[in-house]
Amino acid sequence: MKHLLTLLVVVLITKPSIAQMVTVCKTCPISTLTDGIAQAKDFDTIVVKKGTYKEHNVIVDKPLTIIGEKYPVIDGELKGEIITIISDHVTVDGLFMINVGNSYTEDFAAIRVKNSKNFLIQNLVLEKLFFGIYIEKSRDGKVYHNKIIGEAVEEYNSGNGIQLWYSKNIEIEHNFVQHVRDGIYLEFSNACVIKNNVSALNVRYGLHFMFSNDDVYQDNTFENNGAGVAVMFSKRIKMFNNIFKENWGTASYGLLLKEINDAEIEGNIFEDNTIGINVEGTNRINYKHNIFKNNGWAIKVKGACYTNIFTENNFLYNSFDIAYNSKVNDNEFNKNYWSSYTGYDLDKNGIGDVPYRPVKLFSYIVNRTPETIILLRSMFIDIIDFSEKVSPVFTPDDLLDNNPQIKKLTW
Amino acid sequence: MRSRWSYVYFAFYLLLGIVLLFLNNDLSKAVITLMNVIIVLVPLIGTIFGVMYYYNSKEFTELLLAQPLKRSSIFLGQYLGVALSLSMSLILGLGIPFVFYGLFESSAIWDFSLLLITGTILTLIFTALAFNIALSNENKIKGFGYAILLWLFLAVIYDGLFLMTLILFEDYPLDKVSLIGTMLNPIDLSRTLILLKLDISALLGYTGAVFKQFFGTSFGLLVSFVMLTIWVVMPVLRIVFKSKKKDF
Repeated sequence: MKHLLTLLVVVLITKPSIAQMVTVCKTCPISTLTDGIAQAKDFDTIVVKKGTYKEHNVIVDKPLTIIGEKYPVIDGELKGEIITIISDHVTVDGLFMINVGNSYTEDFAAIRVKNSKNFLIQNLVLEKLFFGIYIEKSRDGKVYHNKIIGEAVEEYNSGNGIQLWYSKNIEIEHNFVQHVRDGIYLEFSNACVIKNNVSALNVRYGLHFMFSNDDVYQDNTFENNGAGVAVMFSKRIKMFNNIFKENWGTASYGLLLKEINDAEIEGNIFEDNTIGINVEGTNRINYKHNIFKNNGWAIKVKGACYTNIFTENNFLYNSFDIAYNSKVNDNEFNKNYWSSYTGYDLDKNGIGDVPYRPVKLFSYIVNRTPETIILLRSMFIDIIDFSEKVSPVFTPDDLLDNNPQIKKLTW
Repeated sequence: MRSRWSYVYFAFYLLLGIVLLFLNNDLSKAVITLMNVIIVLVPLIGTIFGVMYYYNSKEFTELLLAQPLKRSSIFLGQYLGVALSLSMSLILGLGIPFVFYGLFESSAIWDFSLLLITGTILTLIFTALAFNIALSNENKIKGFGYAILLWLFLAVIYDGLFLMTLILFEDYPLDKVSLIGTMLNPIDLSRTLILLKLDISALLGYTGAVFKQFFGTSFGLLVSFVMLTIWVVMPVLRIVFKSKKKDF
């Protein structure tokens, strides 16, 4: 309450100065954005009219609102960074930024936010970029409704769409990122929310976490990327209601989890991926209400994974439901629906009377000798799978779903 | 006898096609299920029909041999009669329901045609092999036994041996070996051809890349069809050769 009052007072006091407006256009006295920023006072609004402005290294060093009218073009002429924000309370809205400089030693971005608080970046269109929106050592900011379309072909000479580095409490919503290296990349960034974004056709990952904790991403779509989402060395990440689609290729996957602890994965859809989720060294993860459909492998578990709990997921028509490379199992499968379940339900309680074994012998063999995969769908393989199902020898014998559902789950 | 059984065969495929489409509601899914049927059932039916036909029409064949007819044309005629009628039943039986379901508007048409082509070739191969076995064995029971064994070997046991080899020599580079291994068995070759067309190739990882590189090119496709043709031609030549020398 106290905070609110102060805020109100601040707003009331600063109101007259907000009314100040600086207009930038090609024929005005102030014809460049750099000039406009130099002329403006704190908390002024700069309106940039339609036109093309050839500018780079524009530094925003005071709390300003920069608004583009009808998408003015800011052309960096491939000379370097375009806008750098080093002040708190900056808003950038409605610009069309192109031609960010490319460099092998510096990460030039279309717009960089450095050591700032309370910024808002929205409605930007970025094209021909190296890095798109680069947020470093900043906090409490918002990145909304931006459209980032790169031209990345190789990993080594391309940048990321939206990159967060040592940042905190950033909201990234309704952005559309295509053809860059990583659509959205978080490194050492905590308590961020990533929501309703579409990240597609990127060279490496749609979304990438490194050493970032307590982040949430939900309702995003990751389609046709080198790999959908990579979550690495992070804790307490929440992943809700995302769509991972068509990440299809020899080394592709929808979601990669590597050294992840205490995550929640709920309500996601994994469809047409070579590997739905690739799990390596993860502990205490809850998988609930996810749909795995038409993947090569729904889930591939490698290395030490403990207390991963899979409940009430739908596994539909995957070539392999689960692949495991060890005989030890500390993970739990319960109440899932498996389309390849062949058991029966005599007492009609909707739960199959025979436990389901999600790991087939063939998937164990393929893990050992990858070349054997060419025998996929051979009759011999069906026979050995069947005999393994009846009496497991090679696959972990405690790896089973004791309550397989008879009908597809709906929530 | 031939015509009656090929009607049954035709009806079976017709039913199969209708049921599959009815249950799946999805053309491309149905094509995958069909693949399983084709690579197992088609060779089996081809083998059994071939052997059965030969033994059943043996007396009639002997009658024909007394006529001024070329031996090769008699036996080739019999072989083609069985093989082609089986192929026709397969193509029509599966084709009709799929066409009615809207195959021509679907993208699955190429996969489906490949499926029918391989199915036809498998019929030709296994009927020819069956005739060979029947020609070499006077004893019906023995002939049937060998025919079933042949099918079992190519459809199941071969894959088992293949798998064993791959696991035993897993320390060595195996992609060439596995490529050759698949080329040698017509059932495996057809299965791989269809699987690669159905875009499962990405599943196959590194081996898949090698396979895709080979079968994906027109050269690879040509080589595999040449291989399948050899599988047809060799047994047919042996039918001609054997029938010329055989005492009846």
